[in-house]
Amino acid sequence: MERIVLPEIENLHDINVYLANNGFEAARKAFKLSTDDIIDQVKKSGLRGRGGAAFSTGLKWSFMPKTTDKPKYLCINGDESEPGSFKDRQIFEYNPFQLIEGIIIACYAIGAKTAYIYIRGEYHRWVKLMQKAVETAYEKGFAGEKMKETFGIDFFCDIHVHKGAGAYICGEESSQMNSIEGLRGYPRVKPPFPAQRGLWGCPTTINNVETITNVPPIILKGWEWFSKIGAQRHPGTILFGISGHVNRPGVYEVNSGTLLTELIYDYAGGVPGQKKIKCVIPGGSSMPPLRGDQLEGVRMDAESLKEAGSAIGTGGIMVMDEDTNLLDVLLRISKFYHHESCGQCTPCREGTGWLEKTLKRIKNGQGTSQDLDLLIDVANNIEGNTICALGDAAAWPVKFMITRFRDEFEKYVNNEVSLPVANKVHSMRNSEVPLAAVKK
Amino acid sequence: MSFKFTEENLKRIEQSRKKYPTALAAVMDTVYIAQEQNGYISTEVMAEIADVLGIDKVNVLSVVTFYTMYHTKLMGKYHVQVCTNVSCMLRGGYEIWEQVKNKFGLDNMQTSADGKFSVEEVECMGACGFAPMIAVNEDFYENLTKEKVEEILDSLK
Repeated sequence: MERIVLPEIENLHDINVYLANNGFEAARKAFKLSTDDIIDQVKKSGLRGRGGAAFSTGLKWSFMPKTTDKPKYLCINGDESEPGSFKDRQIFEYNPFQLIEGIIIACYAIGAKTAYIYIRGEYHRWVKLMQKAVETAYEKGFAGEKMKETFGIDFFCDIHVHKGAGAYICGEESSQMNSIEGLRGYPRVKPPFPAQRGLWGCPTTINNVETITNVPPIILKGWEWFSKIGAQRHPGTILFGISGHVNRPGVYEVNSGTLLTELIYDYAGGVPGQKKIKCVIPGGSSMPPLRGDQLEGVRMDAESLKEAGSAIGTGGIMVMDEDTNLLDVLLRISKFYHHESCGQCTPCREGTGWLEKTLKRIKNGQGTSQDLDLLIDVANNIEGNTICALGDAAAWPVKFMITRFRDEFEKYVNNEVSLPVANKVHSMRNSEVPLAAVKK
Repeated sequence: MSFKFTEENLKRIEQSRKKYPTALAAVMDTVYIAQEQNGYISTEVMAEIADVLGIDKVNVLSVVTFYTMYHTKLMGKYHVQVCTNVSCMLRGGYEIWEQVKNKFGLDNMQTSADGKFSVEEVECMGACGFAPMIAVNEDFYENLTKEKVEEILDSLK
C-alpha cells in the first residue's frame, strides 16, 4: 500500500531531503497550468475533505469568486481538537513541506495572497516545528515574494501560523475565522458561506491539514492515479488514528475503504488480552458509536460508514473492550461537550449541561429508565437547532450510545420511579416507550 | 501594580501585528506573550495589551475569558495537566489524575503554597494514540505508567 501523506522517507522534515524527493515539483507543474485546470484536476481526483464533512475539495475551491476586488484568504485547519483525533500533528512533524507545497498550490488555484495555518494551542511543540518549516520555506524561496523568482511566475503568497488557545469549537470553520480575527470563537450563521464572506468579510477557503497535504501528489502524478486508490467514491489514503483498547495504538495511513476489523486487528494488533470488542467509535468522539457485533464488513470510507450507521469524521477510531463501562464513557463525552459548548445557542449551552447532569444522576445510582428517554429527548432537541455542528456532536453520542446499548444502560438505572418524577418526565416527552413501574 | 512589556516582547508583538490586516487579530499572540512575561493575565495586563495594540479593553477581556489556556490567576512554575478524555480514560487517565492530585495535595486549578506546582484536568490534548499522557507546561509526556509519572513529577524541581 502506497503512503501519500506520510511516505516512508527518513528525515522528510528536512527541506533538502524533501527537495531530493520531488519536493516542490508539483508546485512547478501547477504554476504552468491555469487555475481552472488545477481546480478541475483536484475535482476529478475525487479528493474529499479529511476534517469531518468529507466535502469535495475541488468543488469547495470552485466556490471562490473569480472576480472580486477584495483580498482572498486560505485557512488551513489544524485545530485537531476532536477527541480521538491526532493525525495532523504527524504531518506537522514529519512532512511539513508537503503541506506548505499544498498551500501554495491551493493559494494559486483560488487566488489567495495569504494563508493562515491554525494550530491548536496545546500543540506548542508542533506550532514551533511548523513555524520553523514556514521560515525555512521563506528563506529558500518557496513562500513569500521570493516565490516569483523561484518559480518564475507573477504570483506569490504569504503563509502565517496562528496559534489557538484551547477551545474545541475553533475546529469549526466559522468560529476558527473569528478566532483568527482576534474574537471569541463563536461560530457564525451560514449562509453566507466562507467563500462569500470569510475572514474579515473576504472570500475564504478553509481546508484541513491532511486534505491540503494530498494536493501535491495529485498534481504531480495526475488525478487518474489518485482516483483509483481505495474506495471509488472516497478515493485516496486516509490517516486513521487508533486509540483505546488496542495493542498498538497510533496513526496508520491506509487506503480508504480498508476494513475496520483489519485496522483494529492487523494494524493496531487487536485488543489486549484477546478480549472482545464492546464498542467502537469510528471517527472521533462526536460520531455515532458502533456495537462490537456491527463491525464485520464495515469499510472505512464516508459512504460505507454512513451505511453502517456512523460517519467517518476525522478518522479517530476509539476501541473499547468488553469490560468497558459505557456509562462512564458517555458521561465523559458529555462532560467534554458541556465544557466546550461556546454558549451562543441556548439548546446546546443548556442541553449539554442537562445531558451531563442526567448522566451524573444515573452514575450516582439515582437514575431511572425514564432518564434514558429524557436523555434521548434532550439530545433530539439539541440536534439541528444550533448554529454549528457542536450541538449535533453532543447529541449523537448520547442518542446512539443509549439506543444501541439500551440493554447495558438499563442495568445502570432503577426501573421504579417516584410519582412526581414520572409525572414530570411524562409531561415533557412524546416517547412511545411505556412508563416504568411507579413506586407506591 | 503596573505592567509594561519588555522591549524584546514589544518587537515580538510588532511582528505578530504584521501577520494580520487588523490589530485586533494580533490579540491572541499578544496575550500569550503577556502571559509568558507576567505569568498570568491581570486587569493591568489587559489594559496594557489594549493600549499596545490600540484596541478596546473589552476585546482583550472577551478573548482572555473565552480561551482556556489564558490564566487570570497565577499558576505554578510547573503547571501539570492531565488528560482524562475518553482515549486517555480507557488507558488509566483518571488513575493518573488521582495520583497527580494526591502527590501535590491539590485539586483542579489549585496552586501549591510555594507557587511551584499547579494541576489541571484538561480536555483532549491530541495524544490519544499515546495515552495516557500528562503535559508539564508546554511539554508532552506520553505512553505513561504510574511509575513513569512518579519519576516525571519527582524530577520537577
